[in-house]
Amino acid sequence: MQTQDAMNAEMAAKPAMNYLNNGSSLKSWLLTKDHKRIALMYLISVSVFFFMGGLYAAAIRLELLTPSSDLLESGTYNKVFTQHGILMIFFFLIPSIPAILGNFLLPLMIGAKDLALPRINLLSLYIYWVGGAFTLFGLMQGGVDTGWTFYTPYSTTFSNSYVMAVGLGIFINGFSSILTGLNFIVTIHTMRAPGMTWFRLPLFVWAHYATSLVMILGTPVVAITILMLALERVGRVGIFDPSIGGDPILFQHLFWFYSHPAVYIMILPGMGVISELISNFSRKKIFGYEFIAFSSIAIAVFGFLVWGHHMFVSGQSVYAGLVFSFLTMVVAVPSAIKMFNWTATLFKGSITFDTPMLYALGFMGLFLIGGLTGLFLGSVGLTVHLTDTYFVVAHFHYVMVGGQVIAYLGGIHYWWPKMTGRMYSEFWGKISAMLVFVGFNLTFFPQFILGYQGMPRRYASYPEELQVLNIFSTAGASVLGVGLIMPVLYLGHSLLFGKKAGDNPWMLPGLEWRTSSPPPTENFETMPVVTWEAYEFGEESGLDLEEARRRETAAALA
Amino acid sequence: MQNTSWIPLFPEQASTFAWQVDALYFYLIFVSVAFSIPIIAAIFFFSMKYRAKEKYATPDEIHGSMVLETVWSIIPFVISMTIFLGGAIIYFQQYTPPDDAMEIYVVGKQWMWKVQHETGQREINELHVPVGRKIKLTMTTEDVLHDFSIPAFRTKADVVPGRYTYMWFEATKPGKYHLYCAEYCGLNHSGMGGWVYVMEQRDFDNWLSGNVSGQTPVEAGKDLFQNKLGCASCHAGGAGQRGAKLEGIFNTDVKLVGGQTVKADDQYLRNSILNPASQVVEGYQPIMPTFKGQVTEEQLNSLVAYIKSLSPGAAAPAAGAPTTAPAMSANTNSAAANKTAPTKPAANSNK
Repeated sequence: MQTQDAMNAEMAAKPAMNYLNNGSSLKSWLLTKDHKRIALMYLISVSVFFFMGGLYAAAIRLELLTPSSDLLESGTYNKVFTQHGILMIFFFLIPSIPAILGNFLLPLMIGAKDLALPRINLLSLYIYWVGGAFTLFGLMQGGVDTGWTFYTPYSTTFSNSYVMAVGLGIFINGFSSILTGLNFIVTIHTMRAPGMTWFRLPLFVWAHYATSLVMILGTPVVAITILMLALERVGRVGIFDPSIGGDPILFQHLFWFYSHPAVYIMILPGMGVISELISNFSRKKIFGYEFIAFSSIAIAVFGFLVWGHHMFVSGQSVYAGLVFSFLTMVVAVPSAIKMFNWTATLFKGSITFDTPMLYALGFMGLFLIGGLTGLFLGSVGLTVHLTDTYFVVAHFHYVMVGGQVIAYLGGIHYWWPKMTGRMYSEFWGKISAMLVFVGFNLTFFPQFILGYQGMPRRYASYPEELQVLNIFSTAGASVLGVGLIMPVLYLGHSLLFGKKAGDNPWMLPGLEWRTSSPPPTENFETMPVVTWEAYEFGEESGLDLEEARRRETAAALA
Repeated sequence: MQNTSWIPLFPEQASTFAWQVDALYFYLIFVSVAFSIPIIAAIFFFSMKYRAKEKYATPDEIHGSMVLETVWSIIPFVISMTIFLGGAIIYFQQYTPPDDAMEIYVVGKQWMWKVQHETGQREINELHVPVGRKIKLTMTTEDVLHDFSIPAFRTKADVVPGRYTYMWFEATKPGKYHLYCAEYCGLNHSGMGGWVYVMEQRDFDNWLSGNVSGQTPVEAGKDLFQNKLGCASCHAGGAGQRGAKLEGIFNTDVKLVGGQTVKADDQYLRNSILNPASQVVEGYQPIMPTFKGQVTEEQLNSLVAYIKSLSPGAAAPAAGAPTTAPAMSANTNSAAANKTAPTKPAANSNK
């Protein structure tokens, strides 16, 4: 552990070597083993996919402005929503927090020089690129129209679109996620700094441990499923298509056995980010550390037992439906526990409302709605009416965008000074956070009402009486779009013109704040030794708060 | 759904499930609000009260509370169980069709719904049903997955190729309601829908009699069985017949070669026509050829309906001679059945 004085002295001696200026050739990036550089390359690639997925979303909302399918023909519309789903889920939501923030921060947070398997880490990035390239190739050839769920026998026998190229892309991309998960687990087990016991780990790390378990255990199943889909589509081996001896419901079981846990791959890391933000911006130890940590594990485990709640009306047995409904209710409890503990953490804290904290508070509101509407959909008799309608669309966007994307943005803003060494405009940060919150609600809340009305999802045209709510939704989407584009501008601006952030702009105790910003390639000048508990803001943390306050006053006077 | 309000909030309640589903919905809204208000109030209150008064303060540590954790684990669990039970009871009803329901066959096809009444009427993208009668839909599809969804009835079910799925309802209010396909099925998915017309019994009877109808499913099935497909050459003829005896077989437990037993329901009959070697009745040879690809889904429905009619005691308590009766599975003495059963033109008019 370094003292503050030593770090100040180091700052004075700039320009110090850091991971960004340690080599600038293309080769030094493409062949790097540095988890931080790999994370940045992920950041750029994932953002490209997010932008493309966002363009598809814009096309969907514009088409739904009017009841008839006028802007896009239904064939085009089918491709647009399919590709929106595929890019957002497989190429943005799943890799976003783990591969960018997890990659960057996991070693820093546990006091390690790098991930345990740095070459494997680089390999996972290349696999992601190759998978992405196949998918983009499929999209450019003419796209795919099966829905992101690839339900059979439509996907194997009836669709004339580029199912194989896109499916291969997703198949390949899955290995990227398996390798990342494997790497995280090995790293957390073997690379913790002296004194960094399991219960001193930041909850972000616990969340990534749980996520990694799901990645390793779940992703192979979707790989196998896509392989079987390919066998049937190309080789006419009867697995899913009943006309050649298969069973279409088998596909749904296999698909959701991965794709439901995949929801937790998307949301668990987000919950990890929120735990960090709430505790650090309240400057208070998180309430019920162990409960939050183990609720992540519980979600990961129970998450594997609820896939059948996607199939309540599929023709599966009524008794299976009842069991899956029961288990779905059980998995709601750990999420509720997290929600209560976050709220209790605010109690008697010292709360500041910097941009990341605005995102965290926004997350709590939106995830509350996302979680509660999950109960509506888990309640099996109600879901018969609600499934396959816009209620489902609204629900999972509240969890995926209101939860995961908001957490991701909060995390990017929180660790941006660490990643780049620069501070962004707090003013524009706050404006953008609020636009995202308002725009998001205006987009997706009306969809709950549309869903209860019975408007089916994946419809290019809809009855006229539903237009008003669709107009609200499209209007909200344009506000959301502006809110999401703004960070690109002010974060980009901060790279060149932002003021120097300093090593620890908020005087926080996490290990990642105890090295320089941006960190050196080896992460720490000397191997840190951890003597404090997680989220320890007082004396024991070893932070010189008096000195920091003095500097603050001096700066204010000057 | 004749909604006149500017922003429609709820679809009409037009079946016996509607008020139950709506009641559960309101209960869940109540629970959500009751759950959210304290949390959101606490977030706002704490944010005001405990906003930072000095830079880098170090408030007192609070580690957590076992009591609180227990309380806020158990209360949500108990509430979630009430939600589970409410949903379970409704779900069980939604997917347990009553025995005395009037049966209608539905075949999905990209991108239309084909409906076959037991009295022989056929409809496309429309479904006419009488008010106050239990209706059971036996459904399948010629191609991909579809989903028969009627929001005003608060029920739906996927339609799956290669098997039958069922749904049922009892309409409570005459009117015209949206029918959607709710499971994505390709190009014209959003065009695959139409209307459900709920009519007073008298109007329904008129509609039945006013509609030119072809053969009833039982008659069409008999024709296929005896003439077109030649099933009768093995499955009829008495003691020495080569194929399994079908009279009285429906809904009974059948012993198979290999010792298992299986219930001879719609699904079994259907499988045995398409895939005869898979479940052979004990005492018979696996000599039957497959009819896969030779019969359409609608012909299959007719064949199954005819074989069912050979078992008058089972699910179709049809009055009169089982082979010729129109086999309205319930209420055979109703006016509709009597009026529309007899003589039809041989050709099916609207396919």
